[in-house]
Amino acid sequence: MYTDKVMEHFLHPRNVGTIPDADGVGEVGNPVCGDMMTFYIKVKDGRLEDIKFQTFGCGAAIAVSSMVSEMAKGKTLEEAMKITNEIVAEELGGLPPHKTHCSNLGADALHKAIEDYLTKKSREMDSPSAESGSSAEKKGKFHCPFCDFVLPENVQLCSRCQVKLIRCEHCGEYNREGEDTCRHCGAGLI
Amino acid sequence: MSGFYADRQAAAPVRTEVLEAMLPFFRENFGNPQSLHSTGQLADKALRKAREQVASLVHCQPEEIIFVSSGSEANNLAIKGLALANQARGKHLVVSAIEHISVLKSLKFLEKFGFQSTLVPVDSFGLVHPEKVEEALTGETILVSVQMANNEIGTIQPIAEISSLCQKKGVLFHTDAVAAAGCIPIDVSRLGIAALSLAADQFGGPKGAAVLYLKKSTKITPLIDGGVQEHGRRGGTENVPAIAGLGKAAELVAREMEDNRLRLTRLRDGLIKGVLGSLEEVILTGHPENRLPHHASFCVKYVEGEALLLGLDIKGIQVASGSACTSKSLRASHVLLALGLDPAVAQGSLVLTLLPETQENEIELFLESLPPVVQRLRQMSPLYTKYLQEKRNVHG
Repeated sequence: MYTDKVMEHFLHPRNVGTIPDADGVGEVGNPVCGDMMTFYIKVKDGRLEDIKFQTFGCGAAIAVSSMVSEMAKGKTLEEAMKITNEIVAEELGGLPPHKTHCSNLGADALHKAIEDYLTKKSREMDSPSAESGSSAEKKGKFHCPFCDFVLPENVQLCSRCQVKLIRCEHCGEYNREGEDTCRHCGAGLI
Repeated sequence: MSGFYADRQAAAPVRTEVLEAMLPFFRENFGNPQSLHSTGQLADKALRKAREQVASLVHCQPEEIIFVSSGSEANNLAIKGLALANQARGKHLVVSAIEHISVLKSLKFLEKFGFQSTLVPVDSFGLVHPEKVEEALTGETILVSVQMANNEIGTIQPIAEISSLCQKKGVLFHTDAVAAAGCIPIDVSRLGIAALSLAADQFGGPKGAAVLYLKKSTKITPLIDGGVQEHGRRGGTENVPAIAGLGKAAELVAREMEDNRLRLTRLRDGLIKGVLGSLEEVILTGHPENRLPHHASFCVKYVEGEALLLGLDIKGIQVASGSACTSKSLRASHVLLALGLDPAVAQGSLVLTLLPETQENEIELFLESLPPVVQRLRQMSPLYTKYLQEKRNVHG
Protein backbone atom coordinates (compact mmCIF):
# COMPACT_ATOMS: atom_id res chain seq x y z
CA MET A 1 0.00 0.00 0.00
CA TYR A 2 2.78 2.44 0.95
CA THR A 3 5.99 3.30 -0.92
CA ASP A 4 9.37 2.33 0.57
CA LYS A 5 9.98 5.99 1.33
CA VAL A 6 6.77 6.24 3.36
CA MET A 7 7.63 3.08 5.28
CA GLU A 8 11.16 4.32 5.89
CA HIS A 9 9.90 7.59 7.40
CA PHE A 10 7.22 5.73 9.37
CA LEU A 11 9.79 3.38 10.89
CA HIS A 12 12.50 5.99 11.41
CA PRO A 13 10.74 9.33 11.73
CA ARG A 14 13.00 12.39 11.92
CA ASN A 15 12.58 15.17 14.49
CA VAL A 16 10.07 13.49 16.78
CA GLY A 17 9.50 15.27 20.09
CA THR A 18 8.51 18.55 21.65
CA ILE A 19 10.30 21.89 22.20
CA PRO A 20 9.30 23.20 25.65
CA ASP A 21 10.36 26.79 24.86
CA ALA A 22 9.17 26.75 21.24
CA ASP A 23 8.80 30.04 19.37
CA GLY A 24 5.73 28.74 17.60
CA VAL A 25 3.34 25.79 17.99
CA GLY A 26 0.87 24.52 15.40
CA GLU A 27 -1.77 21.89 16.05
CA VAL A 28 -4.08 20.47 13.38
CA GLY A 29 -6.66 17.71 13.08
CA ASN A 30 -8.42 15.97 15.90
CA PRO A 31 -8.23 12.42 17.18
CA VAL A 32 -11.96 11.87 16.82
CA CYS A 33 -11.84 11.97 13.05
CA GLY A 34 -8.41 10.57 12.39
CA ASP A 35 -5.07 12.21 12.76
CA MET A 36 -3.66 14.90 14.99
CA MET A 37 -0.32 16.65 14.53
CA THR A 38 1.56 19.17 16.66
CA PHE A 39 4.58 21.01 15.27
CA TYR A 40 7.04 22.96 17.40
CA ILE A 41 9.50 25.43 15.86
CA LYS A 42 12.52 27.44 16.97
CA VAL A 43 13.30 30.45 14.79
CA LYS A 44 16.67 32.17 14.51
CA ASP A 45 17.50 34.95 12.05
CA GLY A 46 14.34 34.25 10.08
CA ARG A 47 15.21 30.57 9.66
CA LEU A 48 13.73 27.41 11.15
CA GLU A 49 16.58 26.50 13.45
CA ASP A 50 14.81 23.52 14.95
CA ILE A 51 11.58 21.60 14.30
CA LYS A 52 9.98 18.86 16.36
CA PHE A 53 6.66 17.16 15.94
CA GLN A 54 4.29 14.72 17.57
CA THR A 55 1.68 12.84 15.60
CA PHE A 56 -1.26 10.66 16.54
CA GLY A 57 -2.27 8.88 13.39
CA CYS A 58 -1.70 6.30 10.73
CA GLY A 59 1.54 5.37 8.98
CA ALA A 60 1.01 8.01 6.30
CA ALA A 61 0.39 10.75 8.88
CA ILE A 62 3.62 9.89 10.71
CA ALA A 63 5.65 9.70 7.50
CA VAL A 64 4.25 13.00 6.27
CA SER A 65 5.09 14.77 9.55
CA SER A 66 8.60 13.42 9.41
CA MET A 67 9.07 14.45 5.79
CA VAL A 68 7.71 17.97 6.38
CA SER A 69 10.03 18.47 9.34
CA GLU A 70 13.02 17.31 7.34
CA MET A 71 12.17 19.47 4.34
CA ALA A 72 11.59 22.60 6.41
CA LYS A 73 14.51 22.44 8.78
CA GLY A 74 17.03 25.23 8.08
CA LYS A 75 14.73 26.95 5.58
CA THR A 76 13.65 30.58 5.87
CA LEU A 77 10.08 31.12 7.04
CA GLU A 78 9.14 32.23 3.53
CA GLU A 79 10.59 29.10 1.98
CA ALA A 80 8.88 26.91 4.56
CA MET A 81 5.52 28.54 3.86
CA LYS A 82 5.95 27.49 0.23
CA ILE A 83 6.09 23.77 1.11
CA THR A 84 2.79 22.45 -0.15
CA ASN A 85 0.97 19.27 0.60
CA GLU A 86 1.49 18.13 -2.97
CA ILE A 87 5.26 18.56 -2.76
CA VAL A 88 5.37 16.52 0.47
CA ALA A 89 3.35 13.68 -1.05
CA GLU A 90 5.57 13.78 -4.12
CA GLU A 91 8.75 13.59 -1.99
CA LEU A 92 7.31 10.48 -0.35
CA GLY A 93 6.84 8.84 -3.73
CA GLY A 94 3.06 9.28 -3.60
CA LEU A 95 0.32 8.26 -1.17
CA PRO A 96 -2.73 6.04 -1.69
CA PRO A 97 -5.75 8.17 -2.75
CA HIS A 98 -7.63 7.67 0.52
CA LYS A 99 -4.59 8.90 2.44
CA THR A 100 -4.30 12.28 0.72
CA HIS A 101 -5.83 14.03 3.72
CA CYS A 102 -2.84 12.94 5.84
CA SER A 103 -0.40 14.70 3.55
CA ASN A 104 -2.60 17.76 3.73
CA LEU A 105 -2.29 17.96 7.47
CA GLY A 106 1.52 17.95 7.60
CA ALA A 107 2.30 21.19 5.81
CA ASP A 108 -0.67 22.84 7.49
CA ALA A 109 0.63 22.03 10.96
CA LEU A 110 4.00 23.54 10.05
CA HIS A 111 2.36 26.64 8.55
CA LYS A 112 0.21 27.01 11.64
CA ALA A 113 3.32 26.92 13.83
CA ILE A 114 4.95 29.61 11.69
CA GLU A 115 1.78 31.73 11.84
CA ASP A 116 1.74 31.27 15.61
CA TYR A 117 5.32 32.53 15.76
CA LEU A 118 4.52 35.54 13.56
CA THR A 119 1.39 36.41 15.58
CA LYS A 120 3.35 36.26 18.83
CA LYS A 121 6.08 38.41 17.34
CA SER A 122 3.70 41.04 16.01
CA ARG A 123 1.93 41.10 19.35
CA GLU A 124 5.23 41.83 21.07
CA MET A 125 5.85 44.71 18.70
CA ASP A 126 2.32 46.12 18.29
CA SER A 127 -0.32 47.16 20.77
CA PRO A 128 -2.18 44.35 22.57
CA SER A 129 -5.37 45.15 20.57
CA ALA A 130 -4.21 42.91 17.72
CA GLU A 131 -5.28 39.89 19.72
CA SER A 132 -8.98 40.68 19.93
CA GLY A 133 -9.15 41.04 16.16
CA SER A 134 -7.84 37.59 15.43
CA SER A 135 -10.03 35.77 17.92
CA ALA A 136 -13.15 37.59 16.71
CA GLU A 137 -12.22 36.58 13.21
CA LYS A 138 -12.00 32.95 14.20
CA LYS A 139 -15.40 32.91 15.87
CA GLY A 140 -18.34 32.22 13.62
CA LYS A 141 -16.27 30.38 11.05
CA PHE A 142 -17.07 26.87 9.96
CA HIS A 143 -14.53 24.06 10.12
CA CYS A 144 -14.11 20.79 8.28
CA PRO A 145 -15.18 17.99 10.66
CA PHE A 146 -12.26 15.93 9.45
CA CYS A 147 -9.22 18.20 9.18
CA ASP A 148 -10.38 21.34 10.98
CA PHE A 149 -9.76 23.51 7.90
CA VAL A 150 -11.70 26.79 7.93
CA LEU A 151 -14.40 26.55 5.27
CA PRO A 152 -16.62 29.08 3.56
CA GLU A 153 -20.38 28.69 3.84
CA ASN A 154 -22.21 26.35 1.50
CA VAL A 155 -19.55 24.02 0.13
CA GLN A 156 -20.05 20.33 -0.41
CA LEU A 157 -16.41 19.33 -0.32
CA CYS A 158 -13.52 20.28 1.92
CA SER A 159 -11.01 21.93 -0.40
CA ARG A 160 -8.15 20.64 1.72
CA CYS A 161 -8.89 17.03 2.59
CA GLN A 162 -11.56 16.31 -0.05
CA VAL A 163 -14.01 14.93 2.50
CA LYS A 164 -17.64 15.20 1.36
CA LEU A 165 -19.62 17.49 3.61
CA ILE A 166 -23.19 18.01 4.69
CA ARG A 167 -24.41 21.02 6.69
CA CYS A 168 -26.60 20.66 9.74
CA GLU A 169 -29.84 22.53 9.09
CA HIS A 170 -30.19 23.17 12.80
CA CYS A 171 -26.85 24.75 13.74
CA GLY A 172 -25.21 25.27 10.36
CA GLU A 173 -22.03 23.36 11.19
CA TYR A 174 -20.45 20.96 8.73
CA ASN A 175 -20.60 17.20 9.19
CA ARG A 176 -19.31 14.36 7.09
CA GLU A 177 -21.68 13.12 4.45
CA GLY A 178 -23.35 9.91 5.55
CA GLU A 179 -23.43 10.79 9.26
CA ASP A 180 -26.83 10.43 10.89
CA THR A 181 -26.60 13.07 13.59
CA CYS A 182 -24.80 16.41 13.86
CA ARG A 183 -21.59 16.18 15.87
CA HIS A 184 -22.15 19.70 17.22
CA CYS A 185 -25.79 19.88 18.24
CA GLY A 186 -26.98 16.27 17.91
CA ALA A 187 -29.78 17.16 15.47
CA GLY A 188 -30.65 14.61 12.82
CA LEU A 189 -29.03 15.11 9.43
CA ILE A 190 -30.86 14.57 6.19
CA MET B 1 8.61 -20.00 10.18
CA SER B 2 8.97 -17.12 12.61
CA GLY B 3 5.97 -14.85 12.59
CA PHE B 4 2.38 -14.87 13.66
CA TYR B 5 -0.71 -14.59 11.48
CA ALA B 6 -3.69 -13.57 13.61
CA ASP B 7 -6.18 -12.27 11.08
CA ARG B 8 -8.14 -15.44 10.46
CA GLN B 9 -11.42 -13.69 9.87
CA ALA B 10 -9.99 -11.70 6.96
CA ALA B 11 -8.53 -14.81 5.35
CA ALA B 12 -7.19 -18.20 6.35
CA PRO B 13 -5.37 -20.92 4.42
CA VAL B 14 -7.58 -23.52 2.77
CA ARG B 15 -6.99 -26.86 4.44
CA THR B 16 -5.14 -29.50 2.45
CA GLU B 17 -8.04 -31.98 2.64
CA VAL B 18 -10.36 -29.21 1.46
CA LEU B 19 -8.16 -28.33 -1.50
CA GLU B 20 -8.03 -32.03 -2.45
CA ALA B 21 -11.81 -32.20 -2.31
CA MET B 22 -12.02 -29.21 -4.65
CA LEU B 23 -9.43 -30.08 -7.30
CA PRO B 24 -11.36 -32.80 -9.20
CA PHE B 25 -14.11 -30.32 -10.01
CA PHE B 26 -11.87 -27.98 -11.99
CA ARG B 27 -10.86 -30.49 -14.68
CA GLU B 28 -11.92 -34.15 -14.48
CA ASN B 29 -15.39 -33.53 -13.08
CA PHE B 30 -15.90 -30.15 -14.66
CA GLY B 31 -19.61 -30.62 -15.28
CA ASN B 32 -22.55 -28.30 -14.75
CA PRO B 33 -24.89 -29.74 -12.10
CA GLN B 34 -27.88 -28.78 -14.27
CA SER B 35 -26.74 -31.05 -17.16
CA LEU B 36 -28.46 -34.39 -17.41
CA HIS B 37 -25.48 -36.26 -18.88
CA SER B 38 -23.12 -38.18 -16.67
CA THR B 39 -20.46 -35.42 -16.40
CA GLY B 40 -23.18 -33.07 -15.19
CA GLN B 41 -24.52 -35.64 -12.80
CA LEU B 42 -21.09 -36.03 -11.14
CA ALA B 43 -21.16 -32.31 -10.35
CA ASP B 44 -24.71 -32.58 -9.08
CA LYS B 45 -23.64 -35.39 -6.81
CA ALA B 46 -20.90 -33.18 -5.37
CA LEU B 47 -23.45 -30.45 -4.61
CA ARG B 48 -25.73 -32.93 -2.89
CA LYS B 49 -22.86 -34.21 -0.78
CA ALA B 50 -21.82 -30.69 0.24
CA ARG B 51 -25.42 -29.87 1.10
CA GLU B 52 -25.53 -32.82 3.47
CA GLN B 53 -22.17 -31.95 5.01
CA VAL B 54 -23.23 -28.36 5.76
CA ALA B 55 -26.69 -29.47 6.95
CA SER B 56 -25.08 -31.74 9.49
CA LEU B 57 -22.82 -28.90 10.75
CA VAL B 58 -25.81 -26.69 11.62
CA HIS B 59 -28.40 -29.47 12.17
CA CYS B 60 -30.91 -28.82 9.42
CA GLN B 61 -32.29 -30.62 6.35
CA PRO B 62 -30.11 -30.56 3.19
CA GLU B 63 -32.88 -28.89 1.19
CA GLU B 64 -32.79 -25.98 3.64
CA ILE B 65 -29.30 -25.02 2.41
CA ILE B 66 -28.97 -22.32 -0.27
CA PHE B 67 -25.46 -21.97 -1.71
CA VAL B 68 -24.32 -18.42 -2.35
CA SER B 69 -21.00 -16.68 -3.03
CA SER B 70 -20.14 -14.94 0.25
CA GLY B 71 -21.30 -14.08 3.72
CA SER B 72 -22.31 -10.68 2.45
CA GLU B 73 -24.49 -12.25 -0.25
CA ALA B 74 -26.10 -14.54 2.34
CA ASN B 75 -26.92 -11.53 4.50
CA ASN B 76 -28.24 -9.56 1.54
CA LEU B 77 -30.44 -12.46 0.49
CA ALA B 78 -31.74 -12.92 4.03
CA ILE B 79 -32.56 -9.27 4.72
CA LYS B 80 -33.78 -8.15 1.31
CA GLY B 81 -35.21 -11.50 0.23
CA LEU B 82 -37.21 -12.11 3.42
CA ALA B 83 -38.40 -8.49 3.64
CA LEU B 84 -39.57 -8.38 0.02
CA ALA B 85 -41.32 -11.77 0.20
CA ASN B 86 -43.13 -10.97 3.43
CA GLN B 87 -44.00 -7.30 3.00
CA ALA B 88 -47.73 -7.96 2.89
CA ARG B 89 -47.48 -8.59 6.64
CA GLY B 90 -45.60 -5.37 7.40
CA LYS B 91 -42.57 -3.31 6.43
CA HIS B 92 -40.58 -2.98 9.63
CA LEU B 93 -37.27 -4.69 10.50
CA VAL B 94 -35.30 -4.84 13.74
CA VAL B 95 -31.53 -5.42 13.84
CA SER B 96 -28.76 -4.77 16.34
CA ALA B 97 -26.57 -1.67 16.08
CA ILE B 98 -23.45 -3.79 15.58
CA GLU B 99 -24.53 -5.90 12.60
CA HIS B 100 -22.17 -6.43 9.69
CA ILE B 101 -22.21 -3.65 7.11
CA SER B 102 -23.86 -6.01 4.58
CA VAL B 103 -26.92 -6.16 6.86
CA LEU B 104 -26.95 -2.42 7.58
CA LYS B 105 -26.60 -1.48 3.92
CA SER B 106 -29.36 -3.92 2.97
CA LEU B 107 -31.63 -1.97 5.31
CA LYS B 108 -30.64 1.27 3.56
CA PHE B 109 -31.61 -0.36 0.27
CA LEU B 110 -34.99 -1.43 1.66
CA GLU B 111 -35.69 2.10 2.94
CA LYS B 112 -35.93 3.18 -0.68
CA PHE B 113 -38.87 0.81 -1.04
CA GLY B 114 -40.79 2.07 1.97
CA PHE B 115 -39.37 -0.27 4.61
CA GLN B 116 -38.38 1.06 8.01
CA SER B 117 -35.93 -0.34 10.51
CA THR B 118 -34.96 0.02 14.14
CA LEU B 119 -31.40 -0.47 15.40
CA VAL B 120 -31.32 -2.07 18.85
CA PRO B 121 -28.48 -0.68 21.01
CA VAL B 122 -25.92 -2.91 22.71
CA ASP B 123 -24.37 -2.62 26.16
CA SER B 124 -20.70 -1.80 26.75
CA PHE B 125 -19.77 -5.48 26.18
CA GLY B 126 -21.60 -5.47 22.87
CA LEU B 127 -24.44 -7.64 24.15
CA VAL B 128 -27.93 -7.31 22.69
CA HIS B 129 -30.51 -7.59 25.44
CA PRO B 130 -33.63 -9.54 24.37
CA GLU B 131 -35.92 -7.08 26.18
CA LYS B 132 -34.50 -4.28 24.00
CA VAL B 133 -35.39 -6.33 20.93
CA GLU B 134 -38.90 -6.82 22.33
CA GLU B 135 -39.26 -3.06 22.90
CA ALA B 136 -38.32 -2.41 19.28
CA LEU B 137 -40.98 -4.73 17.85
CA THR B 138 -44.09 -3.14 16.37
CA GLY B 139 -47.21 -4.64 14.79
CA GLU B 140 -45.50 -4.06 11.46
CA THR B 141 -42.26 -5.95 12.27
CA ILE B 142 -41.65 -8.89 9.95
CA LEU B 143 -37.97 -9.68 10.54
CA VAL B 144 -35.40 -9.50 13.32
CA SER B 145 -31.71 -10.01 12.55
CA VAL B 146 -29.03 -10.30 15.23
CA GLN B 147 -25.63 -11.76 14.52
CA MET B 148 -24.56 -14.85 16.44
CA ALA B 149 -21.15 -13.38 17.22
CA ASN B 150 -19.49 -10.12 16.25
CA ASN B 151 -16.40 -10.18 14.05
CA GLU B 152 -14.83 -7.05 15.56
CA ILE B 153 -15.34 -7.65 19.27
CA GLY B 154 -16.06 -11.39 19.44
CA THR B 155 -19.14 -11.05 21.66
CA ILE B 156 -21.55 -13.99 21.38
CA GLN B 157 -25.22 -12.98 21.52
CA PRO B 158 -28.04 -14.67 23.45
CA ILE B 159 -29.47 -16.04 20.21
CA ALA B 160 -31.69 -18.72 21.84
CA GLU B 161 -33.58 -16.09 23.87
CA ILE B 162 -33.95 -13.67 20.96
CA SER B 163 -35.08 -16.47 18.66
CA SER B 164 -37.68 -17.76 21.08
CA LEU B 165 -38.97 -14.21 21.60
CA CYS B 166 -39.39 -13.86 17.83
CA GLN B 167 -41.17 -17.20 17.59
CA LYS B 168 -43.58 -16.11 20.31
CA LYS B 169 -44.27 -12.87 18.46
CA GLY B 170 -44.59 -14.57 15.08
CA VAL B 171 -41.66 -12.62 13.60
CA LEU B 172 -39.00 -14.17 11.34
CA PHE B 173 -35.53 -14.37 12.88
CA HIS B 174 -32.26 -14.33 10.93
CA THR B 175 -28.80 -14.62 12.42
CA ASP B 176 -25.54 -13.74 10.73
CA ALA B 177 -23.32 -16.58 11.91
CA VAL B 178 -20.42 -15.84 9.54
CA ALA B 179 -17.98 -15.13 12.39
CA ALA B 180 -19.39 -17.93 14.58
CA ALA B 181 -19.89 -20.89 12.24
CA GLY B 182 -17.23 -23.54 12.61
CA CYS B 183 -16.05 -22.00 15.91
CA ILE B 184 -18.99 -22.62 18.21
CA PRO B 185 -21.75 -25.27 17.95
CA ILE B 186 -24.87 -24.25 16.02
CA ASP B 187 -28.18 -26.11 16.05
CA VAL B 188 -30.77 -24.27 13.96
CA SER B 189 -33.57 -26.75 14.63
CA ARG B 190 -33.15 -26.41 18.39
CA LEU B 191 -32.81 -22.62 18.13
CA GLY B 192 -35.87 -22.42 15.92
CA ILE B 193 -34.43 -19.75 13.67
CA ALA B 194 -35.74 -18.99 10.20
CA ALA B 195 -32.48 -18.09 8.47
CA LEU B 196 -28.73 -18.17 9.11
CA SER B 197 -25.69 -16.99 7.14
CA LEU B 198 -22.31 -18.71 7.14
CA ALA B 199 -19.20 -18.61 4.94
CA ALA B 200 -16.64 -21.30 4.11
CA ASP B 201 -13.56 -19.09 4.36
CA GLN B 202 -14.14 -18.67 8.10
CA PHE B 203 -13.49 -22.33 8.86
CA GLY B 204 -10.83 -23.64 6.54
CA GLY B 205 -12.83 -23.55 3.31
CA PRO B 206 -12.24 -21.45 0.20
CA LYS B 207 -13.42 -17.91 -0.54
CA GLY B 208 -16.42 -17.77 -2.87
CA ALA B 209 -18.67 -20.31 -1.16
CA ALA B 210 -21.20 -19.48 1.53
CA VAL B 211 -24.63 -20.54 2.70
CA LEU B 212 -27.98 -19.17 3.64
CA TYR B 213 -29.86 -21.70 5.71
CA LEU B 214 -33.56 -21.10 5.20
CA LYS B 215 -36.14 -22.97 7.22
CA LYS B 216 -38.48 -25.11 5.11
CA SER B 217 -41.54 -23.32 3.71
CA THR B 218 -40.15 -19.83 4.50
CA LYS B 219 -40.92 -17.49 1.64
CA ILE B 220 -37.98 -15.61 0.11
CA THR B 221 -37.56 -13.40 -2.95
CA PRO B 222 -34.40 -14.28 -4.92
CA LEU B 223 -31.88 -11.50 -5.54
CA ILE B 224 -30.37 -13.24 -8.55
CA ASP B 225 -33.03 -14.26 -11.00
CA GLY B 226 -32.11 -17.00 -13.39
CA GLY B 227 -32.47 -20.73 -13.68
CA VAL B 228 -33.73 -23.35 -11.29
CA GLN B 229 -30.46 -23.58 -9.33
CA GLU B 230 -30.98 -23.73 -5.56
CA HIS B 231 -34.70 -24.38 -6.20
CA GLY B 232 -35.03 -21.06 -7.98
CA ARG B 233 -33.89 -19.15 -4.92
CA ARG B 234 -30.49 -18.22 -6.37
CA GLY B 235 -29.87 -18.26 -10.10
CA GLY B 236 -26.49 -18.79 -11.73
CA THR B 237 -24.28 -21.80 -12.35
CA GLU B 238 -23.07 -23.16 -9.05
CA ASN B 239 -19.41 -22.71 -8.05
CA VAL B 240 -18.97 -26.47 -7.77
CA PRO B 241 -15.27 -26.65 -6.70
CA ALA B 242 -15.76 -24.04 -3.96
CA ILE B 243 -18.97 -25.66 -2.77
CA ALA B 244 -17.26 -29.07 -2.63
CA GLY B 245 -14.57 -27.40 -0.52
CA LEU B 246 -17.19 -25.78 1.71
CA GLY B 247 -18.75 -29.19 2.32
CA LYS B 248 -15.44 -30.80 3.19
CA ALA B 249 -14.48 -27.93 5.52
CA ALA B 250 -17.86 -28.21 7.28
CA GLU B 251 -17.38 -31.94 7.76
CA LEU B 252 -13.86 -31.51 9.21
CA VAL B 253 -14.70 -28.60 11.47
CA ALA B 254 -17.75 -30.34 12.92
CA ARG B 255 -15.46 -33.14 14.04
CA GLU B 256 -12.72 -30.90 15.45
CA MET B 257 -14.71 -28.00 16.83
CA GLU B 258 -14.77 -29.02 20.47
CA ASP B 259 -11.00 -29.66 20.65
CA ASN B 260 -10.26 -26.40 18.85
CA ARG B 261 -12.66 -24.49 21.05
CA LEU B 262 -10.99 -25.67 24.26
CA ARG B 263 -7.45 -25.15 23.00
CA LEU B 264 -8.08 -21.73 21.48
CA THR B 265 -10.00 -20.50 24.53
CA ARG B 266 -6.95 -21.25 26.65
CA LEU B 267 -4.60 -19.47 24.22
CA ARG B 268 -7.00 -16.54 23.89
CA ASP B 269 -7.31 -16.08 27.65
CA GLY B 270 -3.52 -16.13 27.98
CA LEU B 271 -3.26 -13.58 25.21
CA ILE B 272 -5.82 -11.24 26.79
CA LYS B 273 -4.25 -11.54 30.23
CA GLY B 274 -0.80 -10.93 28.77
CA VAL B 275 -1.79 -7.80 26.85
CA LEU B 276 -3.74 -6.24 29.71
CA GLY B 277 -0.91 -7.07 32.10
CA SER B 278 1.96 -5.74 30.02
CA LEU B 279 0.56 -2.38 28.91
CA GLU B 280 -1.13 0.46 30.73
CA GLU B 281 -4.13 2.23 29.23
CA VAL B 282 -5.37 -0.71 27.15
CA ILE B 283 -8.94 -1.97 27.26
CA LEU B 284 -10.47 -5.25 26.16
CA THR B 285 -13.35 -4.74 23.73
CA GLY B 286 -16.29 -7.11 23.72
CA HIS B 287 -17.36 -9.54 26.40
CA PRO B 288 -14.65 -11.08 28.61
CA GLU B 289 -16.28 -14.55 28.67
CA ASN B 290 -19.11 -14.70 26.13
CA ARG B 291 -16.76 -14.32 23.21
CA LEU B 292 -15.54 -16.39 20.29
CA PRO B 293 -12.80 -18.81 21.37
CA HIS B 294 -10.32 -17.52 18.80
CA HIS B 295 -11.05 -13.82 19.23
CA ALA B 296 -9.18 -11.18 21.23
CA SER B 297 -9.76 -7.46 20.65
CA PHE B 298 -8.46 -4.35 22.34
CA CYS B 299 -8.23 -0.60 22.15
CA VAL B 300 -4.75 0.72 22.85
CA LYS B 301 -5.17 4.31 23.98
CA TYR B 302 -3.17 7.24 22.53
CA VAL B 303 -2.08 5.34 19.41
CA GLU B 304 -3.76 4.75 16.10
CA GLY B 305 -4.58 1.24 14.89
CA GLU B 306 -3.12 1.40 11.40
CA ALA B 307 0.27 2.55 12.70
CA LEU B 308 0.10 -0.25 15.27
CA LEU B 309 -0.75 -2.76 12.56
CA LEU B 310 2.16 -1.63 10.34
CA GLY B 311 4.57 -1.63 13.27
CA LEU B 312 3.63 -5.21 14.10
CA ASP B 313 3.70 -6.29 10.45
CA ILE B 314 7.37 -5.32 10.21
CA LYS B 315 7.98 -7.84 12.99
CA GLY B 316 6.09 -10.55 11.12
CA ILE B 317 2.91 -10.22 13.17
CA GLN B 318 -0.27 -9.77 11.17
CA VAL B 319 -3.37 -8.47 12.89
CA ALA B 320 -6.43 -6.32 12.07
CA SER B 321 -7.82 -3.01 13.28
CA GLY B 322 -11.18 -1.24 13.13
CA SER B 323 -9.67 2.25 13.25
CA ALA B 324 -10.86 4.99 10.92
CA CYS B 325 -7.46 5.20 9.23
CA THR B 326 -7.40 1.46 8.55
CA SER B 327 -10.70 1.55 6.73
CA LYS B 328 -10.69 3.09 3.31
CA SER B 329 -13.89 4.90 4.23
CA LEU B 330 -11.93 6.71 6.99
CA ARG B 331 -14.67 6.08 9.50
CA ALA B 332 -14.25 4.60 12.95
CA SER B 333 -15.95 1.25 13.26
CA HIS B 334 -19.68 1.54 14.01
CA VAL B 335 -19.29 -1.45 16.30
CA LEU B 336 -16.74 0.24 18.57
CA LEU B 337 -18.77 3.45 18.68
CA ALA B 338 -21.94 1.47 19.54
CA LEU B 339 -20.14 0.19 22.66
CA GLY B 340 -20.03 3.82 23.81
CA LEU B 341 -16.28 4.11 23.31
CA ASP B 342 -14.73 7.52 22.83
CA PRO B 343 -13.93 7.84 19.10
CA ALA B 344 -10.30 8.70 19.93
CA VAL B 345 -10.02 5.47 21.94
CA ALA B 346 -11.67 3.50 19.13
CA GLN B 347 -8.81 4.68 16.90
CA GLY B 348 -6.46 2.37 18.80
CA SER B 349 -8.40 -0.75 17.79
CA LEU B 350 -6.47 -4.00 17.56
CA VAL B 351 -8.17 -7.28 16.60
CA LEU B 352 -6.59 -10.74 16.72
CA THR B 353 -8.32 -13.85 15.42
CA LEU B 354 -6.38 -17.07 15.94
CA LEU B 355 -6.10 -19.92 13.48
CA PRO B 356 -6.83 -23.42 14.79
CA GLU B 357 -3.12 -24.22 14.43
CA THR B 358 -1.93 -21.18 16.43
CA GLN B 359 0.79 -22.18 18.88
CA GLU B 360 1.67 -20.98 22.34
CA ASN B 361 5.04 -19.62 21.16
CA GLU B 362 3.29 -17.39 18.63
CA ILE B 363 1.26 -15.83 21.44
CA GLU B 364 4.51 -15.35 23.36
CA LEU B 365 6.12 -13.68 20.35
CA PHE B 366 3.17 -11.30 20.13
CA LEU B 367 3.27 -10.47 23.83
CA GLU B 368 6.98 -9.69 23.55
CA SER B 369 6.62 -7.60 20.39
CA LEU B 370 3.59 -5.48 21.24
CA PRO B 371 4.87 -3.28 24.10
CA PRO B 372 7.87 -1.82 22.21
CA VAL B 373 5.69 -1.06 19.16
CA VAL B 374 3.12 0.68 21.36
CA GLN B 375 5.81 2.54 23.29
CA ARG B 376 7.43 3.82 20.11
CA LEU B 377 4.12 5.19 18.80
CA ARG B 378 3.17 6.66 22.15
CA GLN B 379 6.50 8.48 22.31
CA MET B 380 5.46 10.40 19.23
CA SER B 381 1.80 10.83 20.17
CA PRO B 382 0.67 14.28 21.33
CA LEU B 383 -2.25 12.58 23.09
CA TYR B 384 0.10 10.45 25.20
CA THR B 385 2.16 13.53 26.10
CA LYS B 386 -1.05 15.21 27.28
CA TYR B 387 -2.04 12.12 29.24
CA LEU B 388 1.34 12.02 31.01
CA GLN B 389 1.11 15.75 31.83
CA GLU B 390 -2.37 15.34 33.30
CA LYS B 391 -1.25 12.32 35.29
CA ARG B 392 1.68 14.32 36.67
CA ASN B 393 -0.63 17.20 37.61
CA VAL B 394 -3.03 14.88 39.43
CA HIS B 395 -0.25 13.25 41.39
CA GLY B 396 1.29 16.65 42.17
